[in-house]
Amino acid sequence: MGFVGFVEGPLFYFSATIFVLAALWRLVGIIKIGRKKDISPPKASAAMGFVKGNLRHFWPRGIFAKRTIIHILGGYGFHLGLFALFFFGAYHIDFLNQRILGFSWPAMPRWAFLMTSGIAFAGLIILWVRRISDPVMRLISDKDDHIGSWLTFLVMLSGCFALEQAHDSLRATHMLLVDIWLVYFPFSRLMHGFTFFLSRGNSGATYGRKGINL
Amino acid sequence: MTSKADIAIGKFLEHTDSEAASFFEACVHCGECAEACQFHLSTGDPKYTPTYKLRPMERAYKRDKAPFSSLKKMLGLAPSKVTEEELVEWGPLVYDSCNMCARCTLVCPMGIDIAGTIRKMREGYAAAGLAPEGLERSVEFVKKTSSPMGVTIKAVEAQIRHQEKATGIKIEVDKQGADYMCTFSSSEIMGYPEVLGAYAKLFDRAGVSWTISSVAYEATNVGVQIGSSELAKEIVSRVVDAAEALGVKAVISPECGHAYGAIRFAGPNLMGRQFKFEVVHIIEVIDRLRREGKIPAGKKDDRKMTLHDPCQIVRRGGLLKEPRRLLDDSCSNFTEMKYAGVANFCCAGGGGVSANPRAEELRTKAFSLKVDQLNGVEGLEAVVVPCANCRTVFEDGLDAYEMDLEVLGLSELVASTLAEDDQKQG
Repeated sequence: MGFVGFVEGPLFYFSATIFVLAALWRLVGIIKIGRKKDISPPKASAAMGFVKGNLRHFWPRGIFAKRTIIHILGGYGFHLGLFALFFFGAYHIDFLNQRILGFSWPAMPRWAFLMTSGIAFAGLIILWVRRISDPVMRLISDKDDHIGSWLTFLVMLSGCFALEQAHDSLRATHMLLVDIWLVYFPFSRLMHGFTFFLSRGNSGATYGRKGINL
Repeated sequence: MTSKADIAIGKFLEHTDSEAASFFEACVHCGECAEACQFHLSTGDPKYTPTYKLRPMERAYKRDKAPFSSLKKMLGLAPSKVTEEELVEWGPLVYDSCNMCARCTLVCPMGIDIAGTIRKMREGYAAAGLAPEGLERSVEFVKKTSSPMGVTIKAVEAQIRHQEKATGIKIEVDKQGADYMCTFSSSEIMGYPEVLGAYAKLFDRAGVSWTISSVAYEATNVGVQIGSSELAKEIVSRVVDAAEALGVKAVISPECGHAYGAIRFAGPNLMGRQFKFEVVHIIEVIDRLRREGKIPAGKKDDRKMTLHDPCQIVRRGGLLKEPRRLLDDSCSNFTEMKYAGVANFCCAGGGGVSANPRAEELRTKAFSLKVDQLNGVEGLEAVVVPCANCRTVFEDGLDAYEMDLEVLGLSELVASTLAEDDQKQG
């Protein structure tokens, strides 16, 4: 087995297993901490508040647009772009079909892939430049924020280099970085991709009981 | 002997439930919350970024309670232990520059309830004796008299007599089986006693019975402000015991922001049981009586007025429409200020900030945003502020910014615009 085979095979399965188990462990760990049952008479449903809280925070209120616009453009550009690249890139669909799922779905055309890559890169770069240039973000950011950004950037960049499949080493580099990213993810702030629904939902439920949709 | 840092950390961890944990786990350090915080907006200082204020508690959680914290500690990757010096340094961020107004939650893409978490964080500070002196002084007064300003029942009775004389309506103390038992904030009793007369007029007209307890007239809950569940429970218990002994149908929380949340939402949880009476805010009661036609509106006040939304009543209390309906009924020239409603700015003195002399300069600076809002309403003659604490902060702030503007309570406005007996609603 060559290096490509190793990073796409055993190392990938190992990393993916760590990703799934550690992410589940962390999510269950947070939930297991538990909270006291709220016995104050409710004004409305907490469960509905959980759902509303999750939906409400997908889009900020207009009055905050001046600052949030950069994060909306950068954030949505990056996240939606990455989502589309991962799930609708032809190579990714092939990989998932052959290695994990055993079925496939239509891929986006190459031009769309390239355009989406551009959007995702632009989004990620905007977010990172803001992280190092905005006084507020500079103060509150830590190593984990930068490592997560750079690791994701390198995964995407190596993916672009590997696109032509001209050299096995490029593909191997991409997959090695993906494997590292998968292991890093559940132990880092990248987990916000899963924890966001708990956070929004908990606030939503707390305020929802009071009849408020913050 | 256990160090102050250990006591605080112990409380931080005790109060980090799965809700607070989910907040610490979801924050992506985007800094959007800074854009909503009036302390950051008015000073431009990044240290007032709301999520940053939580840092010591977050660090304690990540070091000792979060999933994988043991593994990270073993590998030397866990954050360092919070020290007493750091806690002292953070004190002004926890107490002086957070109104617990929850405006930051509106903008947070993760919906993090920073205000609620600051409340939990203060438990650590209060237990370790690291709370500001001003709030500690209020606690001493509460222990002696039940009032954070040291207002005794004798002072309340004196105000009652004045208001009985002014209105010609008897105000009964400790009346068994009354419909409502009203509570007040000390600053209302001493600073705006006409609110007692307003209640008397409104309830007399509505034909409902009400009373004031001689042992539980105070609604202010300094335990919630300083961050002591034990004290908060003691204060709530005093009201609950009195209300249940008098057999009233409902306890009315006054035009005071945090007092409403303290008894309506936190109260049963603090006491570990539900109450034998309903808890309602005075604005809810007046609005209810108005909708039932029991207190018809009369001639409207035609001055140009706007409404301040007290955070704990509106954003965190859910009473958004009620004050507006009442104001529409009472004022012919009501104009909303910019950001009105759920996104309104705090008066800058909420969350115990007004009781904390150390925060005075910062509070006055933060009030500048309120001044901008008020100046944005052309020809403004009065501002309705349905919270006694906000009202006091407004009076101070308007004085500091040399603004001449009348500050009114909502109950008094509604009472002063009641229809005459033979008038119809309109």
